[in-house]
Amino acid sequence: MNRRDAALVVLVLIAALAGFALMLTQTGQGAQVEIAVNGEVYGIYDLDTDQTIEIGEKNICRIENGAAWMEWADCPDQLCVHHSKISRNNETVVCLPNRVTLTILGGEDEGQPDTIVSDASLENSFLPGYGETTSFLSTANK
Amino acid sequence: MGKKVALLGMCSAGAILLGYVESLIPVFFFVPGMKLGLANLAVVLTLYFFSPRDALIVQLVRIVVVGFLFGNLFSIAFSLAGGLLSLGFMCLAKRYGGFTVYGVSVAGGVTHNIGQICVAAVLVENVRIIYYLPFLLLSGLVTGLLIGLLSHEMMKRLGGYLKTM
Repeated sequence: MNRRDAALVVLVLIAALAGFALMLTQTGQGAQVEIAVNGEVYGIYDLDTDQTIEIGEKNICRIENGAAWMEWADCPDQLCVHHSKISRNNETVVCLPNRVTLTILGGEDEGQPDTIVSDASLENSFLPGYGETTSFLSTANK
Repeated sequence: MGKKVALLGMCSAGAILLGYVESLIPVFFFVPGMKLGLANLAVVLTLYFFSPRDALIVQLVRIVVVGFLFGNLFSIAFSLAGGLLSLGFMCLAKRYGGFTVYGVSVAGGVTHNIGQICVAAVLVENVRIIYYLPFLLLSGLVTGLLIGLLSHEMMKRLGGYLKTM
């Protein structure tokens, strides 16, 4: 391994870290899941409502406790079924053989400013061990 | 000539076998397309022992045979995108980059993943798949280093032997 190899490794690491940082600024708890087949929207479903959605005859999507996942697929590789549950904005599950995607959307308030955090919860979030992490995150995003 | 054809056949067989072995190991589930890229070991070795043209032949034979054995036309197109892009970049990295086999292999791993994610984004017509890219960059880096290490060790042990043939 020479210095150029090391430089390449560092370059790729930086690119990946920059990507992760960019992702962190964009992800919040999502509100809806968009199901698309062949790039066309099949339906948009609320994450609040527990439900099972049959996507054609090839995939079954399950929504429960604010998260969505692919419960069943008829494809051989089953990558989408083993994919972790998704609940944050822009997270995606892809079933490539069937060209089905699940994408988390922010819901109606997407693109709107975050809800204003009340002073009380602001104070709480800076006390270690108190306050919800989410409120801390939403202030950090501003 | 005959020896070279036989050796290239061995490399192709090795690549196909490694591809099969890999399909038996469900290592990474987190992101589709994350895999070890073991087959790339045979391609990298062909690139170093023979020439870019021979590596291209091995790569094409591997993709077509594995595709027809275990996949379909769809997965062949998918593999071609990643496989050809990565081979192209590995040739460039080896010829002009001044890298050792580690750098060449990392370049191959990373560009393979970039190629596949682009095809995936086009196929499902969903640009948001790009969000997988940082994961795939990291996995390409790690597997590239691993394949680089394996190639390095195998070249040390096989290099002299091949020259005597």
